[in-house]
Amino acid sequence: MSDPVQMMNKSNSVIKPSNPKTKKWIDIFDKLRKNKSAMVGAALIIFLLLVAIFGPFFSPYSPNTQDMLNKLQPPSSDHWFGTDNFGRDIFSRIIHGTWITLFVGFSSVALGATVGTLLGIISGYYGGRLDSIIMRCMDVLLAFPGILLALAIVSILGGSLVNVIIAIAISSIPIFARITRGSTLSVKKLEYIDAMKALGASDRRIIFKHIFPNITSPIIVQATLYIATAVLSASGLSFLGLGAQPPTPEWGAMLSDGRNFLYNAPHVAFFPGIAIVVAVLAFNMFGDGLRDAFDPKSKE
Amino acid sequence: MFKFIVRRIIQTIPVIIGVTIIVFSMMHLVPGDPAQIMAGESAPAQQVENIRERLGLNEPLPKQYLSYLGNALLGDLGNSMRSGRAVTDEISARFWVTIELAIYSTILAVFIGLIAGVISATKKYSPQDTIIMLIALFGLSMPNFWLGLMLIQWFSIGIDLPNWFPFINDTSWFKPSGWGSFQQIVLPVITLGTGSAAIIARMTRSSMLEVIGQDYIRTARAKGIKERIVIYRHALKNALIPVVTVVGLQFGGLLGGAVLTETVFAINGMGKLVIDSIAARDFPVVQGTILVIALLFVLVNLFVDITYRLLNKRIDLD
Repeated sequence: MSDPVQMMNKSNSVIKPSNPKTKKWIDIFDKLRKNKSAMVGAALIIFLLLVAIFGPFFSPYSPNTQDMLNKLQPPSSDHWFGTDNFGRDIFSRIIHGTWITLFVGFSSVALGATVGTLLGIISGYYGGRLDSIIMRCMDVLLAFPGILLALAIVSILGGSLVNVIIAIAISSIPIFARITRGSTLSVKKLEYIDAMKALGASDRRIIFKHIFPNITSPIIVQATLYIATAVLSASGLSFLGLGAQPPTPEWGAMLSDGRNFLYNAPHVAFFPGIAIVVAVLAFNMFGDGLRDAFDPKSKE
Repeated sequence: MFKFIVRRIIQTIPVIIGVTIIVFSMMHLVPGDPAQIMAGESAPAQQVENIRERLGLNEPLPKQYLSYLGNALLGDLGNSMRSGRAVTDEISARFWVTIELAIYSTILAVFIGLIAGVISATKKYSPQDTIIMLIALFGLSMPNFWLGLMLIQWFSIGIDLPNWFPFINDTSWFKPSGWGSFQQIVLPVITLGTGSAAIIARMTRSSMLEVIGQDYIRTARAKGIKERIVIYRHALKNALIPVVTVVGLQFGGLLGGAVLTETVFAINGMGKLVIDSIAARDFPVVQGTILVIALLFVLVNLFVDITYRLLNKRIDLD
């Protein structure tokens, strides 16, 4: 028989991680794992990432190879999603477009979240006039509804995928700045920040070592959910002809091509739309799950 | 209350000034010479100079901005480069189309969103709740321009549907483009309203669940009040307060979303005007339309904030 004290120690060592930060992340992971919707979202995101990375090696056709003899073919065993008006295989184009969609979503949010978080922390930490100026600027950016700010920026910079990333990133800055400012204000009031100040820690050290690590949860949640918004906006701008330019296999641009063939080849618009829905759904589901997992009020 | 309204209006002024600065800067941030871009690359130097003169582009920037602001206050947003007509005339011809589209879509979204949210909350964790929330999640994740195209494909071009509604199979019934008649309004309104309906449904559900968990609802139930009255008179009334904010914001958001819907359905509203003007490099119209939509959004937000406060105040008094 094994020693019961040893067994207890063993089990304790499994249950109690030595580092409280690790425990926090384990708790969050446990909550996430129990959330079916979040797991479906996570699985879809992993699937999309795999398609984006490895898909192009396995796609049946090249995304831009034209075959005028087989244009506007309905879905078949040769062309699973049919062909477009240039005879290009829609399935292959959607596979190649996955990388573009994810890249635009991730990079615009990374850019917007970095700038927004920095502005929000500075605003919340220093307060006063600087806070007022930054937040009034954010209010102005928020005064442009929906896709309108991104549209205005792209109309200035010109239509291209890089400009779409910049435009969406700028539109997202105020959202991240507001969230970060709020969280910074609540963390700033805590005693240990006063203690750090009393110990003579520099503002930079307090901000990056002590405030930032404690406000990451809302930023991570917002970033995940905003990827969904970014994918929608980017495809919307490409649909309007202001994003990816032909022959780039971007889903929104493909959808735009398809609208001229709704009468005789509706599949040209149908499948890119489904691809967008899957991507947006994935990030919305995972983001919702993350929000619940990070929420201390939510049930285990 | 009066103080709050005055303070809130004063807070809006710097935002409006900021919006005008951004809109004014648009033309000057364009890479290259704006006058040359508007005249076209092959335009003669004299024509470019004329445009520069007409738009006052030779003046220092602050002076240009002040004159832009002054003119805008007087209702003069310049002239369209394409048609030569006043920008305000171009916008006013399309203003009400976009407003109508946004209002109808909001009404649809509130109607569907509230009903779905209340059913979902009162039947928490039931199959109905799961189905409604799944549909809402789809509604939220669907690009409205794609939904619009699919609606055109299904209802306007026609697919073989069972003969439940004779008019659905009559492909000429739902019009795929234009604005005005009921047949033209239905599809764009569904297209634009779906996303907002989903957001309102989710918001109503979470707000209702929070209220239903409160002590006074338990008390009302303990007093033997009928469940229907508890839900609609006691719970919904209070749950609606945060929903009002979302509805207001959605209405504003729909003004932006109208850009895509109007493009899909070829509706001559402000959204389509922006897109057509961007394509034609008609900057005065792009600037003017974006300014009008942004100002509308700011005013809607102001109105929503005041309404929210009024509703809360009334509850405080109760």
